[in-house]
Amino acid sequence: MTTREAIGIVARELTDELVVCTTGYTCRDMQAAADRAANFYMIGSMGCAASIGLGMALSSPGRRVLVLDGDGALLMGLGVLPMVGTLKPRNLIHLVLDNGVFASTGNQPTYSRSVALDSLARAAGYSVLKRAETAEELKRGWGEVRSQAGPIFFLVKCRPDAGQPMERVRLSPEAITDRFREAVGVAH
Amino acid sequence: MQTRTALEGFDFFTGVADSLVASLIEELSATGEYIPAAREDLAVGMASGAYLAGRRPCVLMQNSGLGYCLNPLTSLNLIYRIPLLLIVGWRGHDGADAPEHLVMGRHCRALLEQVGIPVFVPGPGGLDQAVAQAEGRMRSDRIPAAVLIRPGVLG
Repeated sequence: MTTREAIGIVARELTDELVVCTTGYTCRDMQAAADRAANFYMIGSMGCAASIGLGMALSSPGRRVLVLDGDGALLMGLGVLPMVGTLKPRNLIHLVLDNGVFASTGNQPTYSRSVALDSLARAAGYSVLKRAETAEELKRGWGEVRSQAGPIFFLVKCRPDAGQPMERVRLSPEAITDRFREAVGVAH
Repeated sequence: MQTRTALEGFDFFTGVADSLVASLIEELSATGEYIPAAREDLAVGMASGAYLAGRRPCVLMQNSGLGYCLNPLTSLNLIYRIPLLLIVGWRGHDGADAPEHLVMGRHCRALLEQVGIPVFVPGPGGLDQAVAQAEGRMRSDRIPAAVLIRPGVLG
């Protein structure tokens, strides 16, 4: 399964989750698969998707928060793992699209090839650990975790997509903020 | 509890430990309001997520941590219009501090202003006014604002 196929599988089953997409192709693939007001496309600040999702989950305990992270992005800020594992927001799903490379900059390798990221999440104290290596496993696992209490760490092994990337994020950053906050129900 | 009252417009607190803002961290920890972060960029990320979910966040740190959060401040907060109050302990403010604080101590104010983050520097007893000014800019421009804390300002 490619990264884009994995994002498509997850996107098809979304309901009212707040979704944070990490920098690069993840934002673009998510926009193409399911553009929703409750998607936060984080086009910059690589490495911050999980901490943004953690802040959302703690602030909106009634909403499920899904972080679509990457292996390279997570490795930039591993300190977030013990924060999630300690604070234990039940409504947080931290899904890592692990293709072993920085896909958006030309497939340079990351350290996830030699370190199992879910073993780090286990050590950090996540409540549920899940791994998928095929599309079938992802479909099944994604169905299961959506009714479980978190924090959930879901490692999705995939391979980088080939060919043309999807369209860049269309909205301006400011418009993404406004649309997202409206979807959450925050008054301006 | 004097310091908390200056921050009555805020309801989400995170950050990384610093001696100059330690009394405030203690005060906010005693009420269970403070959520420590492992590094300053993670504090800015978490606070930004809280803002997106409707909270009014404040981040505490030492100026040595500004470098770690310069990327999220510039490529997240400033362009997405996500305001945060940054309460920053100003080590090396007068050039008389440990060597590791001197370069950032000399340049942190200009560094923040250079990227477009307004800076306020209260004297003793001036925290309320500095926070009010910072909140004014956060509201009007929807950007982060920093209050630099020199020794003696928080007691």
